[in-house]
Amino acid sequence: MRYQLMTAALAVTTALQFAGPAAATDLEVTHWWTSGGEAAAVAELAKAFDATGNHWVDGAIAGSGGTARPIMISRITGGDPMGATQFNHGRQAEELVQAGLMRDLTDLATKEKWTEIVQPKSLLDGCTLDGKIYCVPVNIHSWQWLWLSNAAFEKAGVPVPKNWNEYVAAAPALEKAGIQPLAVGGQPWQASGAFDVLLAAVGGTDAFLKVYKDKDAEFAAGPEVAKVFKAADDARKMAKNTNVQDWNQATNLVITGKAGGQIMGDWAQGEFQVAGQTAGKDYTCLPGLGLNEVIATGGDAFYFPLLKDPEKSKAQEVLAHTLLDPKTQVAFNLKKGSLPVRGDVDLKAANDCMKKGLEILAKGNVMPWTDQLLSQDTQKQKEDLFSEFFAKQDMTVEDAQKRFAAIVGSAD
Amino acid sequence: MSKSERPSQLFRNLNAKIASIPMILTALVIFVGGSAWTVLYSFTSSKLLPRLNFVGLDQYYRLWSVPRWLVSIENLLIYGVLSLLFSLVIGFLLAALLDQKIRFEDTFRTIFLYPFALSFIVTGLVWQWLLNPEFGVQAVVRSLGWESFSFNPLYDSSIVIYGILIAALWQGTGLIMCLMLAGLRGIDEDIWKAARVDGIPTWKTYLFIIIPMMRPVFITTLVIIAAGIVKIYDLVVAQTSGGPGIASEVPAKYVYDYMFFAQNLGQGFAASTMMLLSVIIVIVPWAYLEFGGKKRV
Repeated sequence: MRYQLMTAALAVTTALQFAGPAAATDLEVTHWWTSGGEAAAVAELAKAFDATGNHWVDGAIAGSGGTARPIMISRITGGDPMGATQFNHGRQAEELVQAGLMRDLTDLATKEKWTEIVQPKSLLDGCTLDGKIYCVPVNIHSWQWLWLSNAAFEKAGVPVPKNWNEYVAAAPALEKAGIQPLAVGGQPWQASGAFDVLLAAVGGTDAFLKVYKDKDAEFAAGPEVAKVFKAADDARKMAKNTNVQDWNQATNLVITGKAGGQIMGDWAQGEFQVAGQTAGKDYTCLPGLGLNEVIATGGDAFYFPLLKDPEKSKAQEVLAHTLLDPKTQVAFNLKKGSLPVRGDVDLKAANDCMKKGLEILAKGNVMPWTDQLLSQDTQKQKEDLFSEFFAKQDMTVEDAQKRFAAIVGSAD
Repeated sequence: MSKSERPSQLFRNLNAKIASIPMILTALVIFVGGSAWTVLYSFTSSKLLPRLNFVGLDQYYRLWSVPRWLVSIENLLIYGVLSLLFSLVIGFLLAALLDQKIRFEDTFRTIFLYPFALSFIVTGLVWQWLLNPEFGVQAVVRSLGWESFSFNPLYDSSIVIYGILIAALWQGTGLIMCLMLAGLRGIDEDIWKAARVDGIPTWKTYLFIIIPMMRPVFITTLVIIAAGIVKIYDLVVAQTSGGPGIASEVPAKYVYDYMFFAQNLGQGFAASTMMLLSVIIVIVPWAYLEFGGKKRV
């Protein structure tokens, strides 16, 4: 804990140094975008907000959402709220909203017709509680991507797979060439997320919703989910000995061709971009693992804590407006590798992978993701289970499925 | 106190009593009050924010059915017993060796105590690198010619806790050594002379005369080590983050993760209450033996 507070303190002091002399209102914005691609994207938001005459005070918190959220929450509940903060929209900030700590944005939303511009509509649902809107979605991030290194497959002498099954079949060839078939970092959410992706791809959208939305424990213990666990078993065998912790380190294994592929959300794309790689030529992306081309409408959103200072409250409105501005949306999402939240923006500069995503989005093949469906408590239990499952090769598939069904049964 | 009549008991040492009021309040409000509050809320279904909707022992039932908590307890037991044993044995041996009137004693003492100046975070990171198979101990030994040498505790579920133990011992034994050395220096020279006159071998003198005389030092040491064991958290976070999987989880980390990551205060409070309970179970009988009954000099 001491370590995390220290990181937070460091982040805040660096932010203060950049603040400089500013006549306009300073608004501190906290977020956990710290990897190369993410930092480049957040700089676009800051630039757009500064252009309105206000000042973006960057409060980056290193160490991914799991580390950052407790710090953000304790600042808000502890009476030292920031001007705006990132969360994944859905249920992460649910109780903060219920406790009246977050600002109601409904008036602004009606004035600027958010319900009309935000596409797909389900995005705003994640921001809505009891008919009131509490956050501004800034991007659509979907987990269901498989990133493959073309160089690695070339070295192994097998064609780049077109779906998960071909990939599993190619694993022995990769291994023989001294390449790690699949990279899964040690952070618990990576193993848990990879399983969710397999559930949506191998099991299908209906199975995913039956487990996570209806919380059907009997179904989760049944034969259809057993197939998914079989796939997860393949995945953990392929991911054995990855020996890295952070997701971007795992992505880096794919970029450098040391690993064949990685199951990771589209935020990984920013890393490929920073490394100067081209989609289709240097790496291949398969949405829905090439089996079930659906995109989850998870993503990032900004929440605005209730502030007393009227100047800052006004600046909050300006920021909310700026975040949804078409120009900001394009600049930010191109750097971030995510999809924009409005359908009316022009993404000519989008690369192959983003175009695949946009196509799926345009077809309306969307589904909700775990951030919207499950509480943090359930997510954490899932993370504990799957990080153990991926690390412990002798844990049986049956045993894991039984425990998974129990978690689903007690989920809220 | 110029008057000859006896002042009331309450006003004796008035200054001292006033001076200790802040500490008494701190102890009562923060320690006792905070603990009581935590125990109370551990019987509720509080999520992100504390709320008073009681659910009885539900949080405890859940706690004791979760594999991660059971792994944490097992790790704490292994780590606790071994760290207590090795800290005391190594600390005492080092102190006894330093006590042989050797040259450069100051230098050695500084070297042994130096790791203690590092925080657990730094210790954890240093040992994470030392134990990393790619460029740590294993790589060094292999580059010396033993190609098949394998020492990779941090990525092996079954022995990862020993990797953490090594780092903790490296950091902590210096302090134990210093405490022991102070104890040894407090033993009267005449005792040694008498033992030598009686022809008792050195190791026997240590075992049967010196160590029993050092009882107070051992008790202080024991309390310091035990407190360090129960609260172990930062070392694990820095070295393994509880991994691989959940193999090196510890109770304090469970408490933190469930209170803040999982936004489930009730579960976190239940786990911290169990930690408090285990400390009480150890402390109460000991305190009873130590302070209760007849007064020792």
